[in-house]
Amino acid sequence: MMERRTFADREDVLGAVMLAPALAYVIVLVGVPFVLAIVLSFSNATAGSLSFGWAGLGNYAAILGDPIFLRALRNSAVVTVGTQLLVVILATAAAQVFRATFRGKRFARFVLLLPWAVPVSLAAIAWTWIFDSTFSVINWTLKASGLLHGWLYWLGDPGLALTAIIIVQAWRIFPFATVIVLAGLASIPQEIVEAAVVDGAGFWRRLFQVELPLLLPVVAVAVLFGVVYTATDLGVVYILTGGGPANTTHVLPTLAFQRGILGADLGQGAAIAVFLLPFLIVVAVAMLRLARRAEVGGAAR
Amino acid sequence: MTRAALRRLTRRAALYAAALGFIGFAGFPFYWMLVTAFKQNRDLYVGASDLSHVPWIFNDPPTLEHVKLLFGQTDFPHWVLNTLFVVAAVVIITVAVAVPAGYSLARLAGRWGERLGMGIFFTYLIPPTLLFVPFARLVSLLGLQNSLASLVLIYPTMTIPFCTWLVMGFLRSVPWEIEEQAMIDGYSRLAVIVKVAPRLIVPGILTVIVFTFTLVMQEFVYALTFISSVDKMTVSLGVPIALVRGDVYHWGALMAAALFTSIPLAIVYNVFIDRFIQGFTMGAVKG
Repeated sequence: MMERRTFADREDVLGAVMLAPALAYVIVLVGVPFVLAIVLSFSNATAGSLSFGWAGLGNYAAILGDPIFLRALRNSAVVTVGTQLLVVILATAAAQVFRATFRGKRFARFVLLLPWAVPVSLAAIAWTWIFDSTFSVINWTLKASGLLHGWLYWLGDPGLALTAIIIVQAWRIFPFATVIVLAGLASIPQEIVEAAVVDGAGFWRRLFQVELPLLLPVVAVAVLFGVVYTATDLGVVYILTGGGPANTTHVLPTLAFQRGILGADLGQGAAIAVFLLPFLIVVAVAMLRLARRAEVGGAAR
Repeated sequence: MTRAALRRLTRRAALYAAALGFIGFAGFPFYWMLVTAFKQNRDLYVGASDLSHVPWIFNDPPTLEHVKLLFGQTDFPHWVLNTLFVVAAVVIITVAVAVPAGYSLARLAGRWGERLGMGIFFTYLIPPTLLFVPFARLVSLLGLQNSLASLVLIYPTMTIPFCTWLVMGFLRSVPWEIEEQAMIDGYSRLAVIVKVAPRLIVPGILTVIVFTFTLVMQEFVYALTFISSVDKMTVSLGVPIALVRGDVYHWGALMAAALFTSIPLAIVYNVFIDRFIQGFTMGAVKG
């Protein structure tokens, strides 16, 4: 029986054959384009022709001297950090609510997940309508409740438009973060929490001194995905403001799209998109460290 | 009433108030879609400075005119068909590629399976907004610009990494004994993969299909980059980009489209949320 070591029993061969298509796809259509994205940023390639010439650091020199780019870089940082702060606060609070049992919880959970399920572009168009300069229901409500006397041009004023963008990003990401934090809460060993209660810890002490420190790795995962989702998102800004008014609300992806695709300057578009890399590298390194810690923690158990 | 009972009551009240606050924030745009989609125009287009007209309710009877406009006079039905075509094609490619890969990493690759799996998963973090510039060039080199085929080619770059990871994680929760027993019974390793394993992976494959479906429904960046003519658009591109006539937004029809697209996705998410989360947390949470 054992001498029948044919192809059908060679685990290494079977493993390689079954893995090959996926590896090929990822290498050819993610790995190569990724390298190409960086190479293009040093070229003067345009969308119109297939010619390709070296531009050296020309694209980088051009964008670093461009106030619109510097503004977009700053906006990307502000929106990403602002959104994560809001998301962490909302998600830890929402997780405290949704771990309790209450009437109508199934329905509440359904509604809570809606922002995550809806396509970004459709959510963004709904928010565009909510922030409309003439028909904004937010303005009506604020005025009707006596909180607003003037008028808020949500998408017409740079500061307000950035605020609107942060609100929409936090709205669409916090449900995801809440679910992750809930999963983390469920995995905290019950004995630890009970021991704290026996020792006389109240709700707030239990939350801040026992649960939140234990939740830190899970909150970190939520934040890391949040950073990727916010920093690299094109749809929300593209649809809400289109980078306007007067190019003040661009983020890196929308500016890269405007220059690289609409403006057909692939080289400059690529150079702008390359500035997303620092955000992603920070995330990737942090995730690797977390994963290693989880591995070590798992082995110790 | 005793003090303890009073305290319990206030805590309950606070809990319900907080829950209402969160579902209010999360659900408000959807309520707004619903109201907008069925309001008559004269009820809809009243400036927000008119405080006597409450926009939160139907001041006039609801109407189906926006829904009729959406399905009768726009390309929305066409976009739905385009989207379903892309979904079907991408599902077939993803299942054919990611499921064997996930099996290979979980069962055949030995120690380096996990490392390699994580490497593949990390490519999921490389965002479309970094890759759309080189892809624009690749797609025009292949002559696929402005075609659904470009989406069918490129979308698996997002679904394969995540789904390979999902299947690998799923298989690790399936006991090895069933396959082992089949081998003891005289099946070759290949026969186990072809005849026994598929039955075991069915729930994993279902998750892959659902994930692919939701991702294709939601994708916007590549569609925006590759597709330019209205009749080739998918729902997530066509609704925000092409339901605008000149400068006039048909808000009623727009919100109806957003609503009808969101509902099936929301239902699917509710059912599959826990599986997705297991994939995202990568073992940082042990379920």
